[in-house]
Amino acid sequence: MTNSINELEDSEVIFVIGSNTTEQHPIIGMRIMNAVKKKGAKLIVADPRKIPLAEYATVYTPIKPGTNLAFINGILNVIISENLMNQEFIKSSTEGFEELRASIGKYMPEAVTSITGVPEDTIREIARLYAKAKTASIVYAMGITQHVTGTKNVGALANLALLTGQVGREATGVNPLRGQNNVQGACDMGALPDVLPGYQDLDSQAAQEKFAKLWGEGFAWGEGKSLGEMIEGAYNGEMKALFIMAENPMLSDPNLEHVKKALENLELLVVQDIFLSETAKLAHVVLPGASFMEKDGTFTNTERRVQRVRKALVPMAESKADWEILCGLMKTMGYSAEYSSPAEIMEEIRALVPSYGGITYQRLEKEGLQWPCPDINHPGTKFLHKGGFVRGLGRFTVNEYVESTQQPSEEYPFILTTGRIHHHYHTGTMTRRAWALDREHPEGYMEICPQDAKKLGLRQEGMVKVSSEIGEISIKVKITDKITPGVVFIPFHFGEAAVNKLIGQHHDPVVQIPEYKVCAVKLEGVR
Amino acid sequence: MRKVLTTCGYCGTGCNFYLNVEDNEIVGVTPKNDHPISKGKLCVKGWQGHSFVHHKDRLKKPLMRQSDGSFSEVSWETAYSYIGSKLKKIIKEKGSEAVGVLSSARCTNEENYLMVKFARSVLRTNNIDHCARL
Repeated sequence: MTNSINELEDSEVIFVIGSNTTEQHPIIGMRIMNAVKKKGAKLIVADPRKIPLAEYATVYTPIKPGTNLAFINGILNVIISENLMNQEFIKSSTEGFEELRASIGKYMPEAVTSITGVPEDTIREIARLYAKAKTASIVYAMGITQHVTGTKNVGALANLALLTGQVGREATGVNPLRGQNNVQGACDMGALPDVLPGYQDLDSQAAQEKFAKLWGEGFAWGEGKSLGEMIEGAYNGEMKALFIMAENPMLSDPNLEHVKKALENLELLVVQDIFLSETAKLAHVVLPGASFMEKDGTFTNTERRVQRVRKALVPMAESKADWEILCGLMKTMGYSAEYSSPAEIMEEIRALVPSYGGITYQRLEKEGLQWPCPDINHPGTKFLHKGGFVRGLGRFTVNEYVESTQQPSEEYPFILTTGRIHHHYHTGTMTRRAWALDREHPEGYMEICPQDAKKLGLRQEGMVKVSSEIGEISIKVKITDKITPGVVFIPFHFGEAAVNKLIGQHHDPVVQIPEYKVCAVKLEGVR
Repeated sequence: MRKVLTTCGYCGTGCNFYLNVEDNEIVGVTPKNDHPISKGKLCVKGWQGHSFVHHKDRLKKPLMRQSDGSFSEVSWETAYSYIGSKLKKIIKEKGSEAVGVLSSARCTNEENYLMVKFARSVLRTNNIDHCARL
């Protein structure tokens, strides 16, 4: 997030797109509801499903899956054609406006409506509400990113904030809600194929010299394969070994049959986890790690707040904290890894990562710190880009809409979109073994609207066979008027009805994020 | 009963609460009223999402696959040395780029940092990623 969670309550307008906030980030969802109920904020919600926040919205619009980009460009078009931009901000703080203007002319509301299903007047109303607000926040999640145009979708939202100057100030900004507890931190620490820790350039000589002092000469500083590319490498025999810590690609990745063949093809698959997950079952060696309740460390939340995780329990049986396992392995391979505690590892991190430079366990004992926090006296940073962008000028990007590869056809007439539900988390490894949560949602289901269910003769709680080009599953039917006709929804937590068997290999060309949100499917009742 | 303040291990909101511990068992959760984000509130996962830690299916010892396809429990030393020698052999024969690691958004910053160091500095491979996109 460019801004902080608490600032949402002070936003005049909140634009939620591609985030089912009350389900996935309930406490943030509550903050948005408070902004509406207690402070009179105006809420805009765009989503193929009538999510709970829609009840609080000044404007709610359903949108066809896969058409976000045409929709956002339509909003930009209205802002430019009705001259609602922040001219002063564009002039002083941005570059590339003319290129954006030239690219956006064709996204007139009348043209965008037929693509997105959003009425012309609704597009205009949203544009006016957002642009005219003193403070407006954009909130999004994977409904924006898990598309073949994921990167462009984010670029278009950034354009929206730049065009209206809704960034770099309190209660504004472009605010992605990170889904997993420490996905922000994992990225910050450089668990990515194309950057060093702290997003430092791999080919920066200064960074290489700095890292070489602590990592030794000759460390690997090239760009590596992304997760999807590693799976592909395993499939085609290029990759021989994978070491997987606390991840479960056998449920979370697209095209699960393909993933299975890929992992089975490896000479060595090591999985470190707390349970024998779907992925661990395929491993040659399984290492028992510890849960977050059994170790010390830090997590970084979606608003860049680094906070302490404290050990409350002794790890189960002979399992070990994951950092201890990694140290043990490093030592076995003849590498020095003499860390007495995570606090000592943090000292090394802060020496290498400038935005964590001022973060110590001693300071975190009192409360969390939001990066950038470059030195020991720095109070942390509530919102980014204050008084100017980190890169200098904010750059507009040109993001042309491309249709999803997945369109309804005679054979596959419905569009499936996937996601998560309140009581479960990711592949369910933990929540399906937490009895009080599993009791609420013990099995998977497919949401479908009453009209479509009637047409197909599907009954509430009956079974339906869902097939895509690459696979099929059987799953329970849940009829609900909260979903757009022609669209069905399945959560991905459930291994026995694993929706990712249906999702193909299509992905965003820039960051390789899979197209989980749009998949053409066929539905048949099971008797 | 001990109360241990910690950060929730589920979504990216970063709520804090106290884990109430008795005899190495979580017996309850107490919200933290003065936390800047959660302000004394928690969602159902924050309140109820912890019993998995004591689940009977938890992995208790390292496992290695046997020639008949089944797993058997082994010591840490055996597991480490098998992984270490196998990785060294693959790197020697096929190069570092034939190995890769997937780190985790569930693990701590310190663990993610170590995993990156393990990949780039010990294995000398560029192939490191995690499930940020999933």
